Amino acid sequence: MAGMGKIARRGFLIGAATVAGGFAVGVYSLRQPYASPLSKDLPPGMAVLTPYVVIDRSGVILITPRAEMGQGATTIQAALIAEELDIPLDAVRTDPGMPAPAYYNSKIVAEGLPFAATDTGRVAGVARETGDMLGKLMGLQITGGSTTVPDGYDRLRQAGAMARAMLITAASRRLGVAEAELTTEAGAVIAPDGTRLSYVELAPAAGRLLEPRQVTLKDPSEWRLLGKPMQRLDIVAKSTGTERYGIDQTAPGMLFATVRTNPARGGGVLSLDASRAEAMRGVVKVVRIPDGIGVLADNTWRAFQAAQAVEIEWGPAPWPADTEALFESIAGAFETRRDSRLKDEGDIKAALAGGADVEAEYRVPFLAHAPLEPMTAFAWFRNGIMELRAGTQIPRFAVRTARRLTGLPEDLVGLYALPMGGSFGRRLEDDFIDQAVRLAWAAEGRPVKLTWSREEDMARDFPRPAAIARGRGRVEGGKVAAMDLAIAAPSVSASQMGRLGVPTMGPDTAIVAGAWDQPFAIPAYRVTGHRAPETVPISSWRSVGASANAFFHESLMDELIHAAGADPLEERLRLCTHAPSARVLEAVGELSDWGTPLAPGRGRGLAFCLSFGVPCAEVVEVTAEARGIRIDRVFAVAEVGRVLDPVNIENQMQGGVIWGLSHAMWGELTYAEGRAEQENFDSFQAMRIGECPEIVVRALESGGPVRGVGEPPVPPAAPALANAIFAATGQRLRALPLARAVRFV
Amino acid sequence: MRLTVNGTEHEVDVEPDMPLLWVLRDVLGLTGTKYGCGIGQCGACTVHLGGVAVQSCQIAAGDVDAPVTTIEGLGTPEAPHPVQAAWIEIQVAQCGYCQSGQIMAAAALLAETPEPDATEIDAALHVNLCRCGTYPRIRAAVRLAADKLREG
Repeated sequence: MAGMGKIARRGFLIGAATVAGGFAVGVYSLRQPYASPLSKDLPPGMAVLTPYVVIDRSGVILITPRAEMGQGATTIQAALIAEELDIPLDAVRTDPGMPAPAYYNSKIVAEGLPFAATDTGRVAGVARETGDMLGKLMGLQITGGSTTVPDGYDRLRQAGAMARAMLITAASRRLGVAEAELTTEAGAVIAPDGTRLSYVELAPAAGRLLEPRQVTLKDPSEWRLLGKPMQRLDIVAKSTGTERYGIDQTAPGMLFATVRTNPARGGGVLSLDASRAEAMRGVVKVVRIPDGIGVLADNTWRAFQAAQAVEIEWGPAPWPADTEALFESIAGAFETRRDSRLKDEGDIKAALAGGADVEAEYRVPFLAHAPLEPMTAFAWFRNGIMELRAGTQIPRFAVRTARRLTGLPEDLVGLYALPMGGSFGRRLEDDFIDQAVRLAWAAEGRPVKLTWSREEDMARDFPRPAAIARGRGRVEGGKVAAMDLAIAAPSVSASQMGRLGVPTMGPDTAIVAGAWDQPFAIPAYRVTGHRAPETVPISSWRSVGASANAFFHESLMDELIHAAGADPLEERLRLCTHAPSARVLEAVGELSDWGTPLAPGRGRGLAFCLSFGVPCAEVVEVTAEARGIRIDRVFAVAEVGRVLDPVNIENQMQGGVIWGLSHAMWGELTYAEGRAEQENFDSFQAMRIGECPEIVVRALESGGPVRGVGEPPVPPAAPALANAIFAATGQRLRALPLARAVRFV
Repeated sequence: MRLTVNGTEHEVDVEPDMPLLWVLRDVLGLTGTKYGCGIGQCGACTVHLGGVAVQSCQIAAGDVDAPVTTIEGLGTPEAPHPVQAAWIEIQVAQCGYCQSGQIMAAAALLAETPEPDATEIDAALHVNLCRCGTYPRIRAAVRLAADKLREG
């Protein structure tokens, strides 16, 4: 991008009245653990008590830096702080805050480590601590990996408690009453004589204090908010059409933009003619961007129309052009590229020397994220400052991208994080923010809102990779005796981290996640990962590797159990080595009346997966009707350590089951001539309400580590459905989507 | 051309083939109605045209021959419509992006069929795609909304 020229340096104030639905938080200080006790530039009357609590004259603002994608992140972060701060949720406002290293995610690295969640040994513990430190050191402000709750559980409650302690100290000094005699309630400090000092009036004095070094957190028995059903803070806006997503941003003189880029990512442009598009009504400019063009116009529809009117000859895909060739590339990895063998128990060679009782190959396809809100971003370059507003899971990487493109220093690039109309991992990429920055640069001072068409969104997704598994196993005396699973897939971590410029090393656990790390003891048990070459650029998709590998592991397990003549629940329980996982299996058995007879043509399937530290078991009940397979009911049980919001957990678990089932039934991206053949929801089919079964969920809380539940309910859904179809029909389905083999009604 | 939206008449200068969706969002600034697919496959853009639920991405501005009601015209945060009140009480929304369309489809259903059975609910909302998977709660909210509307 062209040089910057002269920039008027000045402090960057983010948000302010410019953000519809948002409000000012100004520049505030970020203290521990990134010691920067700057309190300069604070608007008068604004106090900062920890990086998470800001109080100004109008009230208390809680900073909720994990992105709201629909999973309820904003509400649970606010509740964790508010619980300790002693303030009702309806008395606070929330703000995503500025992208900052202080908002690092301490749990995001651990998920990729080659240690199973059930491994509580010293080495695993040290590795996790190192992962925590790495997250801190790199200031990884990332939303993902179902980590918002586990990462925030202590940190946010501590922030609330620290802020409360500072307010109590301020009140103590004001009143001349010992701190021990002061209490707090509903946003005020209460003195023994009944005097109430509101947090707002105490804030300026409290803001001048140092954060206490130690605070004591409430015992969960004292909780007023956590553990009880909460009303989501965004529920009214989302029920009245007043939530402002990226696609709803506006500003005076704003241009509406879209892009059209090579559907075969990276193929480039051989030639283009924009003359007809440039002459269309409302079109301001056609801008050349990497791999295609952007259009600036006076409304979105005209931009869409003009983008289509640009005549473009695309370059060829830089990867194998069709689905068959892509699968061949994956299959080739079985012969050449062993990436990991993290599970290797017993003597698998000896166990299988006499041949296998089950030998099968399984396949899963590429899948689009396709959040209902397509990729959008707002960018405005004026007075030497780049203002960005976007839904993103990686705000600091997005800012870095903008800085790289513009050459602007950090304090002249601001990003205001917006709620997203879904993400499912898609907004862990910042390609659309990159484009918005380029378009804003070309817009010469006018604000730009970039909106992708659905077709662009699907063509330019970074999909969940296809994968192939080869399984073999033996049974003996009615038991599973040997299980050998080899999985070949391209590396999500290498593809995604490569784009972020984060080095990866060693095996990619995502290739085998949800398979190698399962809590079962089989006399001979091996899981091998093979890294296929990167073809289509790929990325994290809700539950990542486990989304494919649970299908492989639990399908093979089911086949072996049937070959042994054993019961799928009883045999898994017999093999299970992890008490919380066993409780989950037992609970799903109880919930689903496992073992009770079903009418002919009906069947139950069971699957289990421990992912993101959460054991989750699901039973799917189907009926094979003359017209096709009907899913009647689903039962899902997960162990989350502690239930912080029962309503949201139910919502997330049901949503995860639906996500898993929907893609197991219909989801696939196929490729021809280097591009995805699915362009919209007519061909990329997804579950509609009429196909949705009854879903009964239960969250167990053993009191172990608190876990997030956004992803773990996804992996077991596909194998549970395939296993149920086998139980009902005798037909064993080894490839997704299942609708290629059966009809669903 | 003239359009009546949420009881207000507007004069808009747009191409007759511009979809109503984009007139609402980009010309009139009513962003509660969402774009999801542009081909009538997701229902995020559902509005009422003369009281009937339609997908506004499939209605050309020049073909709008009846008053339009959008989610903003149905109710407000301060005074939600009973369907919206049910959506809030049941806490349906996750990402919330499809919910304007879901609510508009449900409101049209209940205006026509005050006591829908499960099949009628599923049929009326069949086009409305929810990627987050809020369908179980949508069903519950439609039933609650029916109760609310009956009780007045």
